[in-house]
Amino acid sequence: MLRVDVVKQLGAFALEVSFASEGRAIGLFGASGAGKTSLINMIAGLLAPDRGMIVLDGETLDDTTKQLHIPAHRRRIGYVFQDARLFPHLDVRKNLDYGRRMNGLAPDPAQEARVIDLLNIGHLLDRRIGALSGGERQRVALGRALLARPKLLLLDEPLGALDQERKAEILPYLTRLRDEVGIPIVYVSHDPDELRLLASQVAVLKAGRIVAFGGTDVLPV
Amino acid sequence: MFDISPTEWTAILLSLRVAVVATLVATPLGIGVAWLLARGRFWGKPLVDAFIYLPLVLPPVVTGYLLLLLLGRRGLVGEWLADHLGIVFAFRWTGAALACGVMSFPLLVRPIRLSIEAIDRRLEQAASTLGASPWKVFFTVTLPLALPGILAGMVLGFAKAIGEFGATITFVSNIPGETQTISSAIYSLIQTPDGDTAALRLVVVSVIIATAALVASEVFAWRATQRLHGH
Repeated sequence: MLRVDVVKQLGAFALEVSFASEGRAIGLFGASGAGKTSLINMIAGLLAPDRGMIVLDGETLDDTTKQLHIPAHRRRIGYVFQDARLFPHLDVRKNLDYGRRMNGLAPDPAQEARVIDLLNIGHLLDRRIGALSGGERQRVALGRALLARPKLLLLDEPLGALDQERKAEILPYLTRLRDEVGIPIVYVSHDPDELRLLASQVAVLKAGRIVAFGGTDVLPV
Repeated sequence: MFDISPTEWTAILLSLRVAVVATLVATPLGIGVAWLLARGRFWGKPLVDAFIYLPLVLPPVVTGYLLLLLLGRRGLVGEWLADHLGIVFAFRWTGAALACGVMSFPLLVRPIRLSIEAIDRRLEQAASTLGASPWKVFFTVTLPLALPGILAGMVLGFAKAIGEFGATITFVSNIPGETQTISSAIYSLIQTPDGDTAALRLVVVSVIIATAALVASEVFAWRATQRLHGH
């Protein structure tokens, strides 16, 4: 499903990663500074590899030998950032609808209702972003990414900015998302417990390299 | 005292027309330049930067004279424009608008540039992962987020344009009904015996227009900020 084989020099930091996974829920584990975010930025197309290739479901997204780099906006890869990054000038409803409009997709009220219901954000639709709590923001960000109908969903420590209580609030939504939505996910975290709960396959990243790859048993206890 | 004469009305309306046209034409250009200066990385950027701010530091009469040399009826570019496109700036109200636009350009660009620099570029990244092409990102994220700066720049530019004197009078002279703005009308009146009362009337009008522009900008900025901070 996802095949990544890339090299990227970022200042003094060298990222050299190669893995292929058929998993529907891939975990990327590593301490901060291990290169997790750079790696998924490359998968998203926000960062171009110096060398190598990225292939998703048989479609080549990057291939430096052919000077191929599909820009982020044409990849249809959803991205949920740690800091949500909702658009402050739009209300929740317009944030949710943004990806559909940008991709020129027809409205799909049934899908909208499903996502809104899944994430329990129906009561927030007319709110401004400034009036949302951290947990609500993250749920809206998840909804926004899902409603762009992506082929893959990247989740970059979506719980990282939340306290324990909020984490516990969001986690059930993430497991439902994994089980009910049918979009493969790459879940980035430095928390082994989160990954044990959410990922079926895990790559352990350390100093820009993959040091272990396999089931959740490769995670430290 | 407040019996405004037809000549004075003409000057007031001309000033407004000149400043409005100057601001409306300069704004899209100013947004483009501000974006380039905020985001662009190209050779000679400091030179472009300096060039944009030149009208702010040059004596206005120098800017006006340069415009005359360049765009006058026999100017380097002006002659060609007149012969081939029929566009004449010299001694026309359009020339006044051009002079005002050039003079107010640095003031227009600066707040827009600052507001573009202040935009969290990660929001633009988020937009691109949602399928927005660079142009769509610009129009749906960058521009709306820069709106307070754009409005501030427009008001500053308008205020500068309506008060412009030196470059305008050098470039297009002081022809009642064509190029005589409030500023040059005041100048003429002060030089005329018994012109004091009329001059004072125009001074009051200037103060009213300037105050209205500033109040409007405050209101716009306040509303835009409220919108951006999500209340």
